[in-house]
Amino acid sequence: MRDDPGGRDGTGGGYPAAVADQATFADQAMPYMSALYAAALRMTRNPSDAEDLVQETFLRAYRGFGGFHEGTNLKAWLYKILTNTFINQYRAKKRRPDQVDLDDVEDFYIFRRLGGLEAAEATRTPEAEVLEGIPDSEVKEALESIPEQFRMAVILADVEGFSYKEIADILDVPIGTVMSRIHRGRRALQKKLWDYAERNNLRPRVESATGG
Amino acid sequence: MDCQETHLRVYEYLDGELTVWKRRAIARHLDECPPCAEGFTFEIDLRRVIVSKCTEDVPAELKIRIAKALGLVDAGEPGPD
Repeated sequence: MRDDPGGRDGTGGGYPAAVADQATFADQAMPYMSALYAAALRMTRNPSDAEDLVQETFLRAYRGFGGFHEGTNLKAWLYKILTNTFINQYRAKKRRPDQVDLDDVEDFYIFRRLGGLEAAEATRTPEAEVLEGIPDSEVKEALESIPEQFRMAVILADVEGFSYKEIADILDVPIGTVMSRIHRGRRALQKKLWDYAERNNLRPRVESATGG
Repeated sequence: MDCQETHLRVYEYLDGELTVWKRRAIARHLDECPPCAEGFTFEIDLRRVIVSKCTEDVPAELKIRIAKALGLVDAGEPGPD
């Protein structure tokens, strides 16, 4: 991630969009505002930074809209601007992203702890409803606590539903890196959610099946 | 395809990122293996719960700020302040 103030997406040109584009831009881009705002909040972890980030994203997108090609993926383009702006402006304060790593968490982390996958007869299906009991604020906090590079990949995949290829393009990293970040980020998120569920006794109504 | 191989591919499978052949191999395993099938279902439910809990309402004043910044509304219009 080098210095790249305008992004590689043609938003740095500074040509004002034609007036005719104004209405088109509003029609097409505005519907993504709440999704972009949610992603911005998870990235910045701060409402006022998130608002500034979204506003800056819309301004850059608007300026670059003349160079945006009809038929290409507008949503992915907007997220690329959001991501680049976040990386360049907000993270610039920290100079380099923390190259933190994540502990390895096994797959099906929560499901296993609910007793799934073990019983050969699998008479009881653990329900995801345990997780319904976790307050929204705690889920957001769990997601926000994941190291940034993993968090961004998980947000783009799970919350926004982008494909690996689109995420690779948005984050400008190879697909293999995207996969690894998404997968490890998700497992780390499961661990955080499970830790919360345990601390707050949100266990399912199973007679203490497993010890520990 | 055994349980372990299937587990390794759970996310690629649920993300729709596998080739048709790998996909079919996993689907066949899930048909024959209830614990794995339940695990996969659990992962789907879990993701749905996470997504549903991570939505946000855009502050009204941000919408106005952006509309003004883009010149979509008259900047002289009285804001909500």
